[in-house]
Amino acid sequence: MTPNLPNSFRSGPDERGHFGIFGGRFVAETLMPLILDLEKAYAEAKADPAFQAEMNGYLKHYVGRPSPLYFAERLTEHLGGAKIYFKREELNHTGSHKVNNVLGQIMVARRMGKKRIIAETGAGQHGVATATLCARFGLECVVYMGAVDVERQQPNVIRMEMLGARVVPVQSGSRTLKDAMNEALRDWVTNVHNTFYCIGTVAGPHPYPMMVRDFQSVIGSETRVQMQEAEGRLPDSLIACIGGGSNAMGLFHPFLDDPGVEIFGVEAAGHGLTQLHAASIAGGRPGVLHGNRTYLLMDDDGQILEAHSISAGLDYPGIGPEHSWLHETGRVTYLSATDDEALAAFQLLSRLEGIIPALEPAHAIAKVMDLAPKRPKDHLMVVNLSGRGDKDVPQVGDILKSRKT
Amino acid sequence: MTTRIDTRFAELKKQGRSALVTFVMAGDPDLATSLDIVKALPKAGADIIEIGMPFTDPMADGPSIQAAGLRALKAGMTLKKTLEMVRGFRKDDDTTPLVLMGYYNPIYIYGVDRFLADARTAGVDGLIIVDLPPEEDTELCLPALKAGLNFIRLATPTTDDKRLPAVLSNTSGFVYYVSITGITGSASADAKAVGAAVARIKRHTKLPVCVGFGIRTPEAAGAIAGSADGAVVGTALIDALRGSLDADSRATAQTIGAVTDLVASLAQGVRAAKQAAE
Repeated sequence: MTPNLPNSFRSGPDERGHFGIFGGRFVAETLMPLILDLEKAYAEAKADPAFQAEMNGYLKHYVGRPSPLYFAERLTEHLGGAKIYFKREELNHTGSHKVNNVLGQIMVARRMGKKRIIAETGAGQHGVATATLCARFGLECVVYMGAVDVERQQPNVIRMEMLGARVVPVQSGSRTLKDAMNEALRDWVTNVHNTFYCIGTVAGPHPYPMMVRDFQSVIGSETRVQMQEAEGRLPDSLIACIGGGSNAMGLFHPFLDDPGVEIFGVEAAGHGLTQLHAASIAGGRPGVLHGNRTYLLMDDDGQILEAHSISAGLDYPGIGPEHSWLHETGRVTYLSATDDEALAAFQLLSRLEGIIPALEPAHAIAKVMDLAPKRPKDHLMVVNLSGRGDKDVPQVGDILKSRKT
Repeated sequence: MTTRIDTRFAELKKQGRSALVTFVMAGDPDLATSLDIVKALPKAGADIIEIGMPFTDPMADGPSIQAAGLRALKAGMTLKKTLEMVRGFRKDDDTTPLVLMGYYNPIYIYGVDRFLADARTAGVDGLIIVDLPPEEDTELCLPALKAGLNFIRLATPTTDDKRLPAVLSNTSGFVYYVSITGITGSASADAKAVGAAVARIKRHTKLPVCVGFGIRTPEAAGAIAGSADGAVVGTALIDALRGSLDADSRATAQTIGAVTDLVASLAQGVRAAKQAAE
């Protein structure tokens, strides 16, 4: 543990956007004035009761919140340990937690008078959520997506186009999420006068990591209330998958100052931590990319390495800066799950609970399979089921078929 | 403290002309060729040389400079080798200013203090780091100034009068005005708008103002040189270099000449402009 632990784990970032040494505003000068404007617009919106009321209205009637906290009885029996609850974010409109953040950012963009929205997407869940809200509010929408991801997440590409968005396949670099983010930043710097960049995770220059966290914290806030109703007390542990880390941060943040709650983040270990993977904390070190300082996968020259995960949504060589800080302070424990472990969890959950999860939360389920049997039966464990697996069905079907032959 | 950059601008002022600032990527397409190119630039007419430090994720660069960086990395270029290249150049040339341009992460990983010491010893005069705005001055800008290097800041069309003083406060050597909102090599700079922008910046600083992003031809360089203290050309040189490579992106007998020929005609454009203006 670091010697100077904070009084609260929930007070960050500071006014310069830092969580300890992490975070910051490492962007080109062209973007800096807009980022300062955004910081101001978000602070005003946050303090405006009318903004909160409007957002709550859409969260309830359009997104379908609150999402249920569901007791996964058969998985609990199967594992024979902790009592496992799912926070059912996959039941939200658009099929994942991503919509919580997009709704908030689109409402801020409207306050700022921006008519054109851009986004990056990996699995396509953030892209679909952004395309959906842009359709709802009549805004132009351009989504950057790595060409590799366009191939493996076809159902989401079709959905985005049906919703009126333009999907731009990115051919540069590793042609996945990192490169989609580079290309979105290039678009932003070119069209800064009329364009709002709707970042999909708790990363990027300040104020994005804070703003996205705030919008996603509805997940953890609801969980507190729902667990009180179900069990009359707080959960004993929380667990969520991490690419950039927005679904995890949303669940974790409201519990960070409850020392009795153990918290686990699960990174994507791909083919294994000694081979190609996407686990920035397990296999990386602090560096600067995409507007913030955080744990990154890189070589000795500071060149960013290509990540690998079976899950397009976790296939990113970085992680949100607040997670890096929570790792260094020891408040959250970061684990990792391989492609094969996630696939096994994907199949188990489909058959035991009748829920086909996205490959992203399948990584969290994989670690539940390790942790739950070692916990007593009165241990309350909450796992964030951050997205549904419809988008992954063709890909997983192909993989399973190829393994049979 | 006077650097080679200050000295060069003082000389050019006496000659009554603006600077041609040329950008090439270190290690593109390989270390030896790119060192030969840099060595040939002053004679071809470059007054100041910017050397790109290759990075995997150059967020402010267009396809040409992205590809140049990837070619260099593929050929094994590193920040350490970029500094070797600077040392190689300084063996024969102790007057042409050299500015390293790139992104922060490779420097951060090299170690800021060690990098500044090594860069200074190698003969680097200034740094342009795209992803370090004034808000992050404590990272590299202030240590660089302390180490005796110029820290050249980018000002852009979105940098308004309210913000300019903050952008200029720790800038030295020259101010680099980015003539478009966009990435390198995309749109063309509008000479008239650039003139007004340079005049606006000059109300806030006595430093020379050079203009870059979107200047490709001798005519365009000349037009910019008429209103600014220097014109920066990068993408056009990289494109000329790329056009000379073989099918496997290796240097050919034409590579060095492809770059220096274009630099010579750009230099003519820059020199003619100021004479015409006088």
